[in-house]
Amino acid sequence: MYPIVIFILLLGNWIVFSGKFDAFHLGLGVISSLFVTWISHDFLFHDRKKTWDERMQETGAFFQYVPWLVVEIIKANMHVFKLAMTRKGYEEIAPRIVTIKTKLKTDFAKFVFANSITLTPGTITMLIRGDVFHVHTMSQFLEDDLLEGAIERKVAEVFEPEVLKLRRRKK
Amino acid sequence: MKEWFAIIMGASLLVLMVPILYRIVVGPTGFDRILGVNVIGTKTAVILVIIGTLFDRVDMFVDFAIAYALLNFVGAIVVSRYFNRTVPLQEMEKPKPKPRTRAKT
Amino acid sequence: MIELLANSSVSESANSPGWFLVHSIGVGMGILGLVFFLGTAVGMVRFPDFYTRMHAAGKGDTLSTMLMLTGFGLVMMEDFSLSSWLLLLKILGIVLFIFITTPTSSHALMRAAFEDDEMPLGEKDLKKLRKRSRKSTFK
Repeated sequence: MYPIVIFILLLGNWIVFSGKFDAFHLGLGVISSLFVTWISHDFLFHDRKKTWDERMQETGAFFQYVPWLVVEIIKANMHVFKLAMTRKGYEEIAPRIVTIKTKLKTDFAKFVFANSITLTPGTITMLIRGDVFHVHTMSQFLEDDLLEGAIERKVAEVFEPEVLKLRRRKK
Repeated sequence: MKEWFAIIMGASLLVLMVPILYRIVVGPTGFDRILGVNVIGTKTAVILVIIGTLFDRVDMFVDFAIAYALLNFVGAIVVSRYFNRTVPLQEMEKPKPKPRTRAKT
Repeated sequence: MIELLANSSVSESANSPGWFLVHSIGVGMGILGLVFFLGTAVGMVRFPDFYTRMHAAGKGDTLSTMLMLTGFGLVMMEDFSLSSWLLLLKILGIVLFIFITTPTSSHALMRAAFEDDEMPLGEKDLKKLRKRSRKSTFK
């Protein structure tokens, strides 16, 4: 099942990048996609135990997650613009390092969480050691926002619903 | 109109690159310089698309832009990972009991 | 079939008000990207240490590049032929690539700097710096 999905993805890439539809170029594309699929059929899609329905759900949730992230990026840029251009914003800078612990488990969820921290206003991931994230922040109120864990909840909603259920039970 | 938009856009991008060049020349540490090179490389991908508009060969220049963005990313990763290594990777990934936080809270 | 698609779309006029709207949205996105890039450039010069400069570079670079490339993709569209759709798809591919890789590379640089014993500025150092800069501006 998975090799077919990888083959279709690679062939789509080939068609978009080549832009020619005669038999010769399409045949070349099919041959090279088959070769690459044969070489690397166990690289993509790390966790093979998930069912097909779960994958589709994840994809749908990811598309709900992207607009929120885009809004956050725009906010982050307004923040950087304010800090750089105005004198009052420049006085506001108070850099420090915050250490937080996540409950996310899979590598991909951690990757998305780290990238989201980097793209949201005023915070950048510095180091990841196991569960512990070291985050560099620009000013005080952003730090409170980070410690509340809104971003983590948002990522957990998309990629690992189990984590959220566990936390509710603990409360 | 399209040509004028492309020309004005490219010229203003070029002007805005000057402060980053200043940071590359002056920058107190080596990392500042790498960062400046990285930013300019990302913007070069945009400038390649603009040049493609002016020559009416955008389909060709977009491929150059893809290759340039890829090289830029690989260059940043290589420099950050292998030229400044003080701790081996496997040792760094282990969770430590006392995390090193320098700035006092 | 593909030739049919291309022929049918060429017959539409390229100067209709719908296209004007699309092109002006593209121009607006490009100018917005320039504004954010101005913020990045000024931040790169003004911010006090490497880590804060990284904030300016990592965020402003992502959004401004995405906006400019998408704006150019919209300005480039002139008809609904297959080649122009492919062009837009390619440009959106660059946008997606940059959206994924710029935070990753900035994280890698940050980690390398932290491993290399580059100290982030604390609040006390900042206060000293500000006092010094104020004195120098008064003189």
